[in-house]
Amino acid sequence: MSAGGVEALASEVRSGARSGREVVEESLGAIEDRNPDLAAFLRVMADEARAAADRVDAMVRAGDDPGPLAGVPVALKDNFCTRGVPTTCGSKILDGWRPPYSATVVRRLVDAGAVIVGKTNLDEFAMGSSTENSAFGATHNPHDPARVPGGSSGGSAAAVGADLVPLSFGSDTGGSIRQPASFCGVVGVKPTYGLVSRYGLVAFASSLDQIGPFGRSVRDAAVGLEVVAGHDPADSTSIHGDAPAVTPRLDEGVEGLRVGLVRELTGVDGLQPEVAQATSSAATALEAAGAIVDEVSVPSAAEALSAYYLLAPAEASSNLARFDGVRYGLRVDGDDVESMMAATRAAGFGAEVKRRIMLGTYALSAGYYDAYYGTAQRVRTLVIRDFDDVYRDHDVLLSPTSPTTAFALGERVDDPLAMYLSDVCTVPSNLSGHPAMNVPFGTDAAGLPIGVQVLAPALGEPVMFRVARAIELAALEGVSS
Amino acid sequence: MTGERITRDDVEHVARLARLALTDDEVALFSEQLSVILEHAARVSALPTEGVPPSTHPLPLRNVLRPDQVGPTLDRGEVLAQAPEAEDDRIRVPRIFGEEQ
Amino acid sequence: MSVEPVIGLEVHAELATATKLFCGCPNEFGAEANTNVCPVCLGLPGSLPVLNEKVVEYALRVGEAMHFTVPEESIFARKNYFYPDMPKDFQISQYEDPICVDGYLDVDGARIGVERAHIEEDTGKTTHVGGGGRIHDARHSLIDYNRAGVPLLEIVSRPDIRSAEQARGYAEQLRAVLTAIGVSDVKMEEGSMRIDANVSVRPEGSSELGTKVEVKNMNSLRSLTRAIDFEIQRQSDAWERGERIVQETRHWDEDDGRTHGMRSKEEAFDYRYFPEPDLVPVSPDAGMRDAVREAMPELPAARHRRLVEDWGITDHDAQVLVGNPALADYAERAVAALEGGSARDVVNWSTGDVLAHLNETGLSAEVLPLAPDGLAELVGLVADGTLSRNLAQDVLAEALTDGKRPERIVADRSLAQVSDEGELVTVLDALITENPDEVSRYREGDDKTRKKLRGFFMGQAMKATKGQGNPQLLNRLLDERLEARGEG
Repeated sequence: MSAGGVEALASEVRSGARSGREVVEESLGAIEDRNPDLAAFLRVMADEARAAADRVDAMVRAGDDPGPLAGVPVALKDNFCTRGVPTTCGSKILDGWRPPYSATVVRRLVDAGAVIVGKTNLDEFAMGSSTENSAFGATHNPHDPARVPGGSSGGSAAAVGADLVPLSFGSDTGGSIRQPASFCGVVGVKPTYGLVSRYGLVAFASSLDQIGPFGRSVRDAAVGLEVVAGHDPADSTSIHGDAPAVTPRLDEGVEGLRVGLVRELTGVDGLQPEVAQATSSAATALEAAGAIVDEVSVPSAAEALSAYYLLAPAEASSNLARFDGVRYGLRVDGDDVESMMAATRAAGFGAEVKRRIMLGTYALSAGYYDAYYGTAQRVRTLVIRDFDDVYRDHDVLLSPTSPTTAFALGERVDDPLAMYLSDVCTVPSNLSGHPAMNVPFGTDAAGLPIGVQVLAPALGEPVMFRVARAIELAALEGVSS
Repeated sequence: MTGERITRDDVEHVARLARLALTDDEVALFSEQLSVILEHAARVSALPTEGVPPSTHPLPLRNVLRPDQVGPTLDRGEVLAQAPEAEDDRIRVPRIFGEEQ
Repeated sequence: MSVEPVIGLEVHAELATATKLFCGCPNEFGAEANTNVCPVCLGLPGSLPVLNEKVVEYALRVGEAMHFTVPEESIFARKNYFYPDMPKDFQISQYEDPICVDGYLDVDGARIGVERAHIEEDTGKTTHVGGGGRIHDARHSLIDYNRAGVPLLEIVSRPDIRSAEQARGYAEQLRAVLTAIGVSDVKMEEGSMRIDANVSVRPEGSSELGTKVEVKNMNSLRSLTRAIDFEIQRQSDAWERGERIVQETRHWDEDDGRTHGMRSKEEAFDYRYFPEPDLVPVSPDAGMRDAVREAMPELPAARHRRLVEDWGITDHDAQVLVGNPALADYAERAVAALEGGSARDVVNWSTGDVLAHLNETGLSAEVLPLAPDGLAELVGLVADGTLSRNLAQDVLAEALTDGKRPERIVADRSLAQVSDEGELVTVLDALITENPDEVSRYREGDDKTRKKLRGFFMGQAMKATKGQGNPQLLNRLLDERLEARGEG
């Protein structure tokens, strides 16, 4: 469906060479075939998608331009609010809730001519690294159904990985786009914090959450990002001014760019040797393409994970307080309002969400705030400073995306800490707010995709994508194997 | 703070603050798991953070303000239809113990 | 040993913006339940707050008016606790870094320190059904979220207040300031100004603070003074009996005139404050602060001083006017339009008949049918002798009701005072002739009798002129006649 990429597909629809309806039927057909095994989608919006495609076709017939994503089927993680369409966040607590409004990102996609085909599975409230924490069952990895697709945006990653849609979106709080992209062999981008509006994204950890695209190519992801990026007055943390253009300079190569290989992240505990090998091959490939590569140190990067597992749960414990059975979603009856709330939350939240609410509440509670939350915020400052130091003389950084390739379903569900450790390479960029992305680079002995991570300074997306593109080219040329 | 054990009492207190009705098994499990996770998280104190200011945010934005202009409101029917219980155009909840702040 | 009360007030004032603190929903009192709501103020998943610039402007105005320091940066924090009328189950407030710190308010010569003023959002409104509307006896409760997200400024005084009367003075002065600078309607009855009092007692002369009790639920200045007086008495009694004062929150009950401890489940509050990640810091720059300073209306104390100095009126009259800024504006405009008479005349009418009319009708001076230059006209008519005070009162009553100009009323009702000496002489001469007995009794009588009979003649003269005879002139002419004959 997307052999020529998202741009080619959209231009076929815009020119009338293919109808949007035909494209969406193809996507819906693929979903019908594969979703029962993959469980990538929680909800397929077949009727809405057909109607949207027909609107795109009508515009084309009327001589109007439906936009850069004309007729492109797009899947959304089910923590994006979609007006009138159930939005579950993978949780029972939002049972029956239909948002009365759409996220800014959703409106921008629709305005660009995209056809929303469905809402994808996720770890409940985006808390997890395997999509096994969904209240509606786990998603399977398209490369090996016995393995996880990663998480928390596992459904969106699998949907693109299995070629059910050419483009999808997820949210990344500690690696929730990049790690599943790595596990599913697709490109996944966490943009600079504030580049994409969070309005309408159900919050996990507000100062860390960022929306980004999944695509089968670096270019597709760039096109997707350009559509959703840009200032939104409804989000106080949205960056003012124009978003940097990424696609125009995508193929300018890496000649003379300075690339740093992050020592602390290429030497993490439990790093799979093939992943280490792939990262260093990618570095070699960039060198061959003219980049200047050396090893750099980001001293606080290794402790960033500890800070993350205090800050994110703390913010989450507050963000998720509103799910109390009063205004929407599930209510479990109780004698008084307090017991109603406690019973509702006990029944509505899964184990991981409860664990993080407990952790975050504890970290913020009287007597512990300074030691836990306060210290974690200071570590955050150190992480930002360390990155700033390195970016003084480097354009981008390189590391593995995840220490391992996709692990088996069930392997880590009983060991939360082990699950958390799979975010070690991705978390630092969330703390610093900097952009980072996954690029597939070869496979391991089991044939599972390996991903490398390109990191850049704030608003460094143009150069980050150029480097990612160079890695992608090297992978296509077989350098990774 | 490092290596503190999280007792069952701690778990019960926190669960109360967080409005989570936990089973005995969950209390036991969380007291175990939170201890392990917090032990790992306590590594933050290993870094030289003295004199380092906290960062609440990755962006250096200031003064993001909106004009005092009336915008659209939601349809009441739509709001009440989402509520588990409504009465007299208001959202209904069981009786309230404890005081308002 | 006697005890001394130590009082601090926490005032929540709703800011009179067009929209709520973080969203574009109308900020209005009395709308139909759950109609002024949107995803943001309902705290729907995914919604985000954006700060209303007017709220910052108003807070800075209060900063100017109350001599606050405005720190370089203030930040919002989340105060976390569960309550069904709070849609996010946290309140966005300011905690460690409020927008205003360390100000003061002068109240009847005493300087009351004001620790801070911070911005926060209001909650929804809960109605308790069953059990006579009392929270603990209710069967269930109903919530209207119209008020959720309405901007509040919480103004926290230092414990510098020493009596219920002074607390009332502080509240009145604060209300006058907030009204004068146009930031709040400050109506306690509508809940746009809510006052909690922290009350403690300590031995006279001690500088330590006693255990403080927070008293809530006072909905008028009268109940504020009553509640504080009751609480001071309760604590003094307890102190004298050697009982320990318990730190608690107590509710004022208007009906039984007592404060009552709250029956609440045993739970220590732990609000887990942390910086609100969805909002960025507010750093009022020089431009913002200059703009506020330039647009600042005159403050009540300054206006009071100016009116006393420029118009020569009493402190009391100045206080009445400053306490009713719309009336003061009215009087100022009337004075500006004066052609005859003095500013004091305008003030006398304003604080007398005009104010009485406003109180009676519940109107504000802004919407009086009679324009301020109409009052100036009336003052002129009295000054040039066209109207007596009594007649002027009648004319004003009519003018205030239907907005008719005083000159017009005088003409329509032919009310102009008779100052034609010849006409009045004719009237008086006839009276003297018709009442010979009274004339002789006057001439022979003692002071008391003479006074009484003079009143009789004046009354008759007024009756004969339909009340329009110029009283000063009549007096002189009557004197001439009564005394002249006595000599003859």
